[in-house]
Amino acid sequence: MQQPPVIQAPVIHAPVVQAAVIQAQEIKYNFTSHDNQIRILAGLNLSINAGEQVAIIGSSGSGKSTLLSLLAGLDIPNNGSVQINNSPFSSLDEDGRAAVRAATMGFVFQSFQLLSSLTALENVMLPLQLKNQPNAKALSLEALNKVGLSARVQHYPKQLSGGEQQRVAIARAFATQPAILFADEPTGNLDNSTGQMIVDLLFEMNAQAGTTLVLVTHDIHLAHRCQRQLMLENGILTELTKVIESATLTQS
Amino acid sequence: MSISFILAWTQTLSLWRAGALRVLVLSLVLAVSAITAVGFFTQRVETALNQQGSLLLGGDIALLSDHVIDEKFEKNAVSLGIDIVKTYEFVSMVVFGETSQLAEIKAVGPSFPLRGNLSIGQTINETGQVIKSAPKLGEAWLEPRLATLLNLKIGDVLEVGERKLRISAILLHEPSRGGDMFSFAPRLMINAADLPTTKLIQIGSRVKYQLLLAADPQKISRYFAQTKPQLGMGEKIEDVRNARPEIKLALDKAQQFLGLSAMVSVILAIVAMLLSSLPYIKQSLDTVALLRCFGASKNTVLQVLAIQTLLIAFFSALLGVALGFIGQFGLAQLAGSLFLEVLPPVSAGPIFVGIIASISMMFAVVLPHVWQMRNLTAMNILRRETLKQTSADQAKFLPAALVMCGMIFWQARDATLAFSTILALLLLCVVIIVFSYVLVNLVKRLFNLSTKTQSLNDVKLGVLGLKRRFALSTVQMIGFSIGLMVLILLALIRGDLIRNWQASLPLDAPNRFVINIQPAQINRLKQFFAQQKIDHATIFPMVRGRLISKNGENVAQTQWSNERAKRLAEREFNLSWAAKMQSDNKLVSGRWWTEQEYGQPSLSLEQDLAKTLGIQLGDKLLFDIAGSPLTLTVTSLRKVDWDTMRANFFAVTPLGVLDQYAANYISSFHLPIGVDAPLNQLIREYPNLTVIDVAALMQQVRGIMQKMSSTIEYVFAFSLIAGVAVLYAALVATREERIAEATLMRVFGASRRQVAIAYVAEFAYIGFIAAFVAVFAANLLAYYLSATLLNIPFQFNITLAISTMLAATALIPLAAWLGLRGFLNIPAKQLLNSI
Repeated sequence: MQQPPVIQAPVIHAPVVQAAVIQAQEIKYNFTSHDNQIRILAGLNLSINAGEQVAIIGSSGSGKSTLLSLLAGLDIPNNGSVQINNSPFSSLDEDGRAAVRAATMGFVFQSFQLLSSLTALENVMLPLQLKNQPNAKALSLEALNKVGLSARVQHYPKQLSGGEQQRVAIARAFATQPAILFADEPTGNLDNSTGQMIVDLLFEMNAQAGTTLVLVTHDIHLAHRCQRQLMLENGILTELTKVIESATLTQS
Repeated sequence: MSISFILAWTQTLSLWRAGALRVLVLSLVLAVSAITAVGFFTQRVETALNQQGSLLLGGDIALLSDHVIDEKFEKNAVSLGIDIVKTYEFVSMVVFGETSQLAEIKAVGPSFPLRGNLSIGQTINETGQVIKSAPKLGEAWLEPRLATLLNLKIGDVLEVGERKLRISAILLHEPSRGGDMFSFAPRLMINAADLPTTKLIQIGSRVKYQLLLAADPQKISRYFAQTKPQLGMGEKIEDVRNARPEIKLALDKAQQFLGLSAMVSVILAIVAMLLSSLPYIKQSLDTVALLRCFGASKNTVLQVLAIQTLLIAFFSALLGVALGFIGQFGLAQLAGSLFLEVLPPVSAGPIFVGIIASISMMFAVVLPHVWQMRNLTAMNILRRETLKQTSADQAKFLPAALVMCGMIFWQARDATLAFSTILALLLLCVVIIVFSYVLVNLVKRLFNLSTKTQSLNDVKLGVLGLKRRFALSTVQMIGFSIGLMVLILLALIRGDLIRNWQASLPLDAPNRFVINIQPAQINRLKQFFAQQKIDHATIFPMVRGRLISKNGENVAQTQWSNERAKRLAEREFNLSWAAKMQSDNKLVSGRWWTEQEYGQPSLSLEQDLAKTLGIQLGDKLLFDIAGSPLTLTVTSLRKVDWDTMRANFFAVTPLGVLDQYAANYISSFHLPIGVDAPLNQLIREYPNLTVIDVAALMQQVRGIMQKMSSTIEYVFAFSLIAGVAVLYAALVATREERIAEATLMRVFGASRRQVAIAYVAEFAYIGFIAAFVAVFAANLLAYYLSATLLNIPFQFNITLAISTMLAATALIPLAAWLGLRGFLNIPAKQLLNSI
């Protein structure tokens, strides 16, 4: 199905023309606090191609995580639409979006989001079991092996260090072999060297699987490991190269 | 104010506002109100019952003597501020004109009765007026039977010894008239001041001297304790319990039942509290970790936690006590109309118990966690790391379990009962753990065989959730199980308990005994029964004999271990004979005789009597019957159910043993109250017959049973509420965890339907296992109670069992789903932020 052309806001296109897996158009998001409307996203557009690694950066409170949750269908925009694989996504109901998530998406969170009552293995198995994957255990063990935790599969989250917990989360994210991986500040809760290790692991696994990566971070160095960097400021998204270009232009 | 207190106070307030405390406080309040309401109420009912009993005694306690009561006992009582009155009872002939009749004369002091009322009238057929005083000087009141026998009316003058007394009233109702089988003569009541002039009391006269006492319970128990050691030969002090065995039985059973249901409520409330403490602990540990991060010392943190715990416990206790008070007030209002008297006021006891229970329960739940974290770093706590994970986890429940055991002991007031309750609870837990483990694995295998459809997979996901959270789910199942078990048990035996208790004294139980029947009069008696359409009359033979020796050892020279044994041994035995054992007797040892053994000198003894006199099977007892010796060998021991109020015998021989001795007969039958005329006619025909009328007494006992049955029902209702609270607490105990899991599942792409199916499947399974174990345990308990306590055949109620299991399997997941449903409609993003 053909999409109507978007005119009002600049559309940030991928450098190489490829099929867009995520397309966001005119996304607006407000939330009401004590009768005050607070604008988070002010009609932004975004297109991400298959296999791309995209970093969304911005200061804290700029709405990065909100944008990520809208792209992943964890919440719906007040205005505009999100399409996944050229199919309507944000207009689907809660369960419709959940089905798309189950089929195409994986997640890594800043706060790991492991269930404390489940072992590392069970945490990884959960999304597989949800999909009724027949060899959930074998796949999970393999994923945990890849992140170097094969010796700790029966440990509970509280018996693991932060880095190890995030590795479990990464194993969980890749075990379902998702087309898109959303990572929300994946190193935010970790020290520098552990964070570095996690990032290496994330990119390594991403390269192996050819997954589209959407990474939210405030860390410019981490962002630079991605192919594209987008800056979220005042509810508007700008390609970072253009920001640098314009800054250079102003200076000169 | 110390910084710790301020911190604790603000923390408690924030925890309350954040909602982390609400469920815990709710269960704590419930636990305390259950403890106090039942405590308040049972205490008031017990006091009322004792007072009811006091009515029958005419005072709170009585000092009895076979000689004039020493003045020191009176003085002591007066100095303690106790009300006293003296009474004298003896049997004597009273004469009216040409006729005379044996009467049981009771001379009473002016303030008689101290407890309860008498009712008197002008004719024998009226209901009369209730009064609280003794006959005036020179006057006498007599029982309707005596009035009929002597053909007396008001105003007639009666001779009592050397004194002439005017009949001023018919004594229609005397609560303090004992149910003593040996006080068979009709009552004549006179003023104690007239007693000397009758000159009936001489040296050697058999008189029952009584000092009745009444005051508040503290004074009475002080007096009891002081007087007991001062008692001499022939003196004894009695309260309602040992004075009136038939009342004591009713009271004991009532208290047993009340205590049991109170204990059940307390166990349930504590279980509810334990279950709901889980989310609170998690939240307060976070705060502790933060405090440590901000630089609070280990001591400050411990102090803050201790104060916080104390604050929560104290305020919950206050609320609980207040609610408990209101609850008992409602109960007392409901039960109030059942009692003749207004219930006595509440005492402060249950308030303290409530507060102490609250504080100890809170500390028992919180302290182990605090203790475990005292050596952890802030980061350890933040990440919920513990030092020794596995062993310490179980140990955390130990203090709470100990407090619970303590409460059980306190409530049960009986070590055996407490131990068996604790054992039963432990067994229940083990059974649930084993059951759930086996069943979960079984289901897992079944699912492994086939998970073809998506729905089936969702169900599997839910059931496997159980396996993943085995410990937590088991705690939840135990909670559900205990709650359900109590509800089923109540449904199963509540009715039985009460019916059985009341059935021990059926409406048509014999209420008249006729003794001293001569063999030649039996036919006339049978004729009387036929005329009055009395079907269930029994006539037993009786031969009086004195026990001379046991296995050749003379009983007169035996040193008896106690007064009762001596009395029993010295008293004349009523020997009876029977072909078959009476239906309310139970053979304890030895065996009953066969037809071939008729005529053999065998003897069957009541077991308590045998025990008191140290008689065993095979012992040879020598009796003196009207001057001739007879040796009988004890061949069986029987348990006799005395509270059926039927005629029963301590000693029974086979037929053909006592034939050559002069026997008279005793008969018992039921005759409605007020139908005395034909009986009196019979007695006028045969003046040797003596009638013992226990109709009024039985009415009293039945009245107490009736009231107690109703109050027991009310207290059971309390257990019911506590049971429902446990179910609720079990539901919310793991809610946070489950919301977190459901949210993550949705992030990973589960539809709300999938989450709901998995969730409902898990709770259906929990509900099923809990109900299965609960049905099993409740029936086992009901069987045990039926067999041991009630002596009734137990019938497994299959309909109740199946419907409970179905209901639990359907309603528990429904309730769980209703609790979760709201969260399924909130965007996952919001929930993610909050988890």
